Parts: sequence; structure tokens; C-alpha cells
Amino acid sequence: MCGVPDQGIVLPAGTDLTKETVLAGKVVAGGEPVGGAYVRLLDGTGEFTAEVVASASGDFRFFAAPGTWTLRALSRTGNGEAQLTADAPGLHTTEVAVG
Amino acid sequence: MSRQDVLVTADWAEKNLGTEGVVFLEVDEDTTAYDGGHLPGAVKVNWTTELQDGVRRDIVDAEQFSALLSAKGVQNDDTVVLYGGNNNWFAAYAYWQFKLYGHADVKLLDGGRKKWELDGRTLTTETAERKATTYTAQAADTSIRAFRDEVVDAIGQKNLVDVRSPDEFSGKILAPAHLPQEQSQRPGHIPSAINIPWSKAANEDGTFKSDEELTKLYGEQGFDGSKATIAYCRIGERSSHTWVVLHELLGHGDVKNYDGSWTEYGSLIGVPIELGAR
Repeated sequence: MCGVPDQGIVLPAGTDLTKETVLAGKVVAGGEPVGGAYVRLLDGTGEFTAEVVASASGDFRFFAAPGTWTLRALSRTGNGEAQLTADAPGLHTTEVAVG
Repeated sequence: MSRQDVLVTADWAEKNLGTEGVVFLEVDEDTTAYDGGHLPGAVKVNWTTELQDGVRRDIVDAEQFSALLSAKGVQNDDTVVLYGGNNNWFAAYAYWQFKLYGHADVKLLDGGRKKWELDGRTLTTETAERKATTYTAQAADTSIRAFRDEVVDAIGQKNLVDVRSPDEFSGKILAPAHLPQEQSQRPGHIPSAINIPWSKAANEDGTFKSDEELTKLYGEQGFDGSKATIAYCRIGERSSHTWVVLHELLGHGDVKNYDGSWTEYGSLIGVPIELGAR
């Protein structure tokens, strides 16, 4: 769930992690990163909130709020999802496995 | 209008990539997406620099629109097919501008870039060049564009459809969750607005839901088909998506897009604002 922050995650200059709730992570298949997946952020009721395209290295990032979220990834190799609970502002990370 | 007049499928697009008189234009929120790969033959339109005035806070005027399409090699009688990322938000915004300036035959690629990519269809990095034309836009059709004063007058009178996410509607956040939160406006929504997020009108692959599903969705959320309608979001692109649904797909007659949207309304002095969920 909320593991040790990946030092590779780059946040925009000026992002204040004492105020912003950042949900970030990587799309993977068989442990390898999947680039270019469409990652959808769904709220605690399953309602769509936002969507981004993961980078070539599978990384994605959302600015959200504390709560329970679902990260759903659509890719050419398949779809998958992961839950992420952010109990407070800060950086919260997860992997989303597709296939 | 029927669905066939408004949308083309990815299969149709694939078969018509080289067809004379059919021009594909890509419009993305991420203006670099085209450069990483696009439909073969498609021409890029940058919404930040080409669909908006460079100085005044406004969309391009008819003269600027004419110059843009002339430079892009579009003729007045071409079939223009627009597509883009982010479930066609900005392609829908461009579609609305094409309609505003009277282009006869403009369509959206249903599902946009997302469906095209997920289907594994061909993308190229080769930049398409088209011979310049002399395009003439018509005067703006303001029957599909709302301005701030008529939005204030519409409170409690017309359908005001706020298509932002529930958290933006309630005032919890000011921008969609994939963007840093700007702080220039007051949060909240226009009093009497109903909140029907644009996303409810789209399937997961970015295609529009069926007419039956869309009719049911808006009916259940309190949309009154007998009234005039103004749709808004934050900067007018997501509401263009909903404008396409209500005006083009479902055929409601008096539907306007308020492209000033929350960035304008939430910055106005003295207008009423409502907070909280409905």
C-alpha cells in the first residue's frame, strides 16, 4: 500500500507535501514497467475523478485529497487496479499490475 | 443531428486516413502528445497558442480562426475529424469552435487517442504537411456560446450543468486531480447548478455512451429537457464534451457552452456562489 516513497518520483517545483495529497506509482506487468497506460483515479464510491497517461517508465501521479482511492490502469497488455488509502497529505505510492 | 453526423469510429478513421477531402486534426491537453506519435496524416493544433488569443483572454476570433485553418491546409468543404487525448476534452473544445465558426462538416473520432492506442492502431512521428488554403470562417454563432451576464441571469431559470468532478463542484478543490491546485478563484459552483460530471457520459475507453444511456443519465440527475441549458466546467473544455452530448448527440436545441467557466465566474466580484454537494 503506502510503501517507502520512490526517490525517482519527480514532483513539480513548489509542491508542498504538508498540504498536497499526492498519489503516485508505477504500472507494471510481471514486475516490469508498462509505459503509456491510461491510469484512472476513482474515488471511494468508484466514481471517476481523473485520468493521466503513465510515462514511458510506467510512472503516474495525481493531486488528490485524503481518502480511499482506486487506481485503475488500461493498457494494451491488459487492465488492472490497486487501492490506495491516503490518511493525510503527503506522498502516497502504489504499483498497479496489469495483464 | 444523429450520431453518424457527429462521430466517426476508429475503424472508419483507419480506412479514411488518406481520403481526399478528409482532414484529421489532433488537439491535446498535453500539447506534446502529437510529437510522440499521431494518426498518419493528422495535423497538430495547439489549443493554448492556436485556439486562444495570445493577448486577450478569449478564444480566437473569426479572422484568427480563418488564418489558422488556412495555414493548416483545411478547406471550407473538407470533412474535419478531430481527436485528442483525455477522452477528447480538447478535441470537443475544438469541435465546438468549428461549430461556432460555421464549419459545415466536422466530426469527432469516438474514443479519441485513448481508444486508438488501446486498440494498437498505427501511430507515426512523421509530421504531416498540408498545402495552405484560403479558409473563410463565418461570424461566430453565439447561440452556442454563453457569456458571464447571461450565466448570472440563468440562475434558477435555465439548466446550469456543472460538469466538473464532485469535489470541484462542492468547493473542496479548484482544479481536476491531475493538475496542481490553482488558487486564483473562489471555490464552489453557480447556485442552482446540477452536477453531472462529464465523465459519466463516457465509457472507460473514451467513447461516448449510447443515446439511451445518456438520456437516462441526464434525466436522473435533474436535467429538464424543456428548458434552455448552459454547461460549464473550469476552462470550458470538459463542458464542450457535455455540449457535444446535449446539443449534438441528444439534439437539445438551446444549449450553450460557457467557456469562461469557473476560472471566470469564480473570479467575479459580487456574484452568488454556492458551496457543498447538492
